[in-house]
Amino acid sequence: MENKGKHISEQFDNELKSVRNAVLSMGGMVEKQLTDALLAIESNDGELADAVLSNDKKINSLEMDIDGACTRIIAKRQPTASDLRLIVATLKTIADLERIGDEVKRLARVAKESFSSDQKHLLVSLENLGQLVIHMLRQALDAFARMDGEAALEVHKADGNIDRQYEAMMRQLMTYMMEDPRSIPKIMDVVWSARSLERIGDRCQNIAEYIIYNVYGKDVRHMSTENMADTVQRKR
Amino acid sequence: MEKQTEKLTIKTHLSAPSEVDINSLPSKLEVKNLRLSYGKDEALKGIDLVIPEKRVTAFIGPSGCGKSTLLRCFNRMNDLVDSCTITGEILLDGDNIYKPGIDVAELRRQIGMVFQKPNPFPKSIYENVAYGLRLQGVNDRRTLDEVVEQSLRGAALWDEVKDRLNDNAFGLSGGQQQRLVIARAIAIEPEVLLLDEPASALDPISTLKIEELINDLKEQYTIVIVTHNMQQAARVSDQTAFLYMGELIEYADTNTLFTTPAKKQTEDYITGRYG
Repeated sequence: MENKGKHISEQFDNELKSVRNAVLSMGGMVEKQLTDALLAIESNDGELADAVLSNDKKINSLEMDIDGACTRIIAKRQPTASDLRLIVATLKTIADLERIGDEVKRLARVAKESFSSDQKHLLVSLENLGQLVIHMLRQALDAFARMDGEAALEVHKADGNIDRQYEAMMRQLMTYMMEDPRSIPKIMDVVWSARSLERIGDRCQNIAEYIIYNVYGKDVRHMSTENMADTVQRKR
Repeated sequence: MEKQTEKLTIKTHLSAPSEVDINSLPSKLEVKNLRLSYGKDEALKGIDLVIPEKRVTAFIGPSGCGKSTLLRCFNRMNDLVDSCTITGEILLDGDNIYKPGIDVAELRRQIGMVFQKPNPFPKSIYENVAYGLRLQGVNDRRTLDEVVEQSLRGAALWDEVKDRLNDNAFGLSGGQQQRLVIARAIAIEPEVLLLDEPASALDPISTLKIEELINDLKEQYTIVIVTHNMQQAARVSDQTAFLYMGELIEYADTNTLFTTPAKKQTEDYITGRYG
């Protein structure tokens, strides 16, 4: 992206740059929220969970600001080619980031529940899954920052790993539920949290698809990862 | 209860027309290795392209890239420039329009042209449109009336001028004059219409009317348009050619060219970047 020349209109350059920077700040905020929510679960920190819950409003309003800026650019500049693809990819990316924010809010609510010491072990596998998801989100945001199609493809592939972890965790949690039905309410909290993390992985995958669209001009949604790699290979 | 077997079908008008292979369309004009020089300056450096029939083809590119020169080659307007030398071929329905013995007046009847500035004759609206037919010796009032009405309707001007056909054409607005000139061009039933910046001297509303008209006219005519306004090319054309310094850089389906151009030069030009 950096190797592209400047626009004749410096103002247009600045507008695109500020949109891009805003997406990166939004991504940074979402990443911090996710880290904090997982930390709050791990340390049963209600205060931190409350902070996460109230910070979500900032993410929502940033989404609206970026939406507005993109709409103004479309109206005033009539972007074409890579500029147009960047705007489209941005609009879609921030929608997914906002939804990731909502999933994080669910995690924060679980963090406010207290788990007795013999239930703590339930949270360990949740942490492992959480670390994988944080890593994936970070990779997706990095790929967006550098508009790196290859890195986006890697992000897309990483979701398989998360899905496998999630399934394994579900099997384990179901065993616990059968062993001790009284623990079901608490275990359900963990189930929902795992589900949220898994959904965040899916949304990172979407973001990877938008990056690939922007870089290669190919719509790779609803494609198998192999087909996607093929498409990217041909465009390279 | 009856079992619901009806399939869920959703109709939208969103689907992008699938990418068109220009070479698979029936061609109207075919340019083969066309080179053109004004004196020592080479303005066109070996152009090859096919203009498909009954579609709108746009030429875009920075000033001096050769797009108007190329357009003027199609009805041999460059013959009027002394220092101009041309090699290569342009085929109209398979016949080279530069071969010796071609009737240039007849060629210009087949390939009409509309310029940037509306140039009506200092005559009535009616006589402007009837002019070409009168030149061909048609003077029958009934025939002329018919053609004038049809042409003015075709140029989307009839309703605005039908009650003042004998008024001087200079009394019309710029946008109306431009549509009058288009009516004059289509009165002699050309096969191809060349439009050189047809809307650049017009206000936005008149521009939209001309663009709408172009869309209607392509049912009947093959249209080639040169425009500085890229959004206009994007709106009106089916395929777009990008020229730069006398060379054809990229020629593709308009939807493709404006969303995913293949060449960096095209990308830089249409996104407004320094080359």
